[in-house]
Amino acid sequence: MTAIGATLRQELIGLGGIVERNVYLTKRYFLWDLAFMVWTIANTLTIVFIARAVQLSPARENELATKLLVGAVIWAFLGIIFEFVTETVAWERWEGTIEYTFMAPLSRTVHLFGMGAYAVLYGLIRATILFFAVAAFIGIHLPHANFGAALALLGVASISFIGIGMMTSVLPLVSPEKGAQLGFVAQGMMLAVSGVYYPVSVMPGWMQAIAKISPATYALRGDRASIVRGAGIAWGDVWPLLVIAVLAIPLGLAIFRVGERYAKKHGKLKRSG
Amino acid sequence: MSSLATPIVTASSVRRDVPAVEVRNLRKEFRRRDRSAGRFARRRMAALAGLTFTINRGECVAILGQNGSGKSTLVRLLSTLLINDAGEARIFGHDAFRDTRAIRQLVNRVSVEASFFKKMSASENLSYAARFYGMGPSKTRKAVPEILERVGFPAERRHESMENLSRGMQQKVALARALLTSPVLLLLDEPTTGLDPRSKLEVQDFIRDVRATHDATILLCTHDMAEAEALADRVGLLDRGELLFLEPVQDVKRRYGVETLEEAFFAATGRAFEEEQTDDDEFREVFG
Repeated sequence: MTAIGATLRQELIGLGGIVERNVYLTKRYFLWDLAFMVWTIANTLTIVFIARAVQLSPARENELATKLLVGAVIWAFLGIIFEFVTETVAWERWEGTIEYTFMAPLSRTVHLFGMGAYAVLYGLIRATILFFAVAAFIGIHLPHANFGAALALLGVASISFIGIGMMTSVLPLVSPEKGAQLGFVAQGMMLAVSGVYYPVSVMPGWMQAIAKISPATYALRGDRASIVRGAGIAWGDVWPLLVIAVLAIPLGLAIFRVGERYAKKHGKLKRSG
Repeated sequence: MSSLATPIVTASSVRRDVPAVEVRNLRKEFRRRDRSAGRFARRRMAALAGLTFTINRGECVAILGQNGSGKSTLVRLLSTLLINDAGEARIFGHDAFRDTRAIRQLVNRVSVEASFFKKMSASENLSYAARFYGMGPSKTRKAVPEILERVGFPAERRHESMENLSRGMQQKVALARALLTSPVLLLLDEPTTGLDPRSKLEVQDFIRDVRATHDATILLCTHDMAEAEALADRVGLLDRGELLFLEPVQDVKRRYGVETLEEAFFAATGRAFEEEQTDDDEFREVFG
């Protein structure tokens, strides 16, 4: 095997190791995950019930409830990706394994992609359960829904989400105490400008301008169209997501490298649990 | 050892014509708050103040020092977890701060904290660590029980969560993790601190065994003088970031005209080894 082949093989095994470890942890913390799932469903219900409170025709009420549900599900999905990628450092710091992981011969690109890959898989499962549980509870009718297109678009959007998550994952590295919380601030701000429960057009002009560079804008718009009207994947939603992904991934990795260098310079790459 | 990892770059990256570790004028500083100079004032403190030493291949060198003397900073620099401020460090000829990928294939460490995912079992933690070094599932299925047996870890407990294991057991798993990847440089940072006497002796026996059977160079950082004397070919004394000596124990005793390493420490520093630390030493300890 050539040196490049051997390195590639090692990186792939390492990526598998990251995913495998997260599977172990999910199994171990299953009850905690279950409790979190119940909380997420309850939280989503509080949002989707708003559609019932507004005086609308049954068809319009169903459409509003579906739009709110899509917003809540994407919020939850994005929350999981951000949590996993942003807390790549925070978890390891808390468990005390951070030094062993960062001194291992695994590239940071593969390390972060491994976290992102598991987050997408795990997030998709949770988002699917959340969507159907709340839809069944509220009694939402989805006669035209194109779930395949919605899922595919979410998959494309995930690449951009991982890239942005990589940018925020540097925060716990630079600021061990407050970094993880700042990651959640970034997630909230991103969804606020992306029209999570409302059309982008109702926001002030400057927020609408920021919405154009948020991948969540296109994921929300495309998924709502697919679930409510049964639309297929629109190129108008896909190409911005691809452009953002192409820019966000290398930028995220570059920012993380700078953060890692800073942490190594200032002695912040160590356990705190 | 047949089923243990064979680092993919080892053959080409372990040069035989150079020392295992070469450190020249290595300096590392950290910034600390200095309230006496103002609310936001900071000052730089040297954790390592220009270290120079060499470790030959296959040698076991112990670096002694109190808490905050710079031992852990040295280990972190050599394991690519810190970036130096001045000087250089080479491991088998590779620059420790530039050629980090090659270094990471060659080095592993055991620190005072066992550092594992607490809810995962010993077996799962070892498999996870092994993946980073290119060991796939089929290889680890065979290697993990083998290495655990070698460190004296009971096979029937390998599926228990780490949080249910004693400190001594956890430290054995930490040794297994380090050995699983077949490192040619093993960095041991207080590996027996906090262990009960029996576990301590078992770990020390294992270190001897590794030296006898494995082609590893060992850097042992400890504040246990008896342990250093028992295990190392040469003993160094690191005090407040400066290496005061690094030579065979007998040479140290002869040089200072003393019977014990404790007395040598006193002769070299003017302080007793257990003496109270200063505020600056405590700061160094935080960063160590």
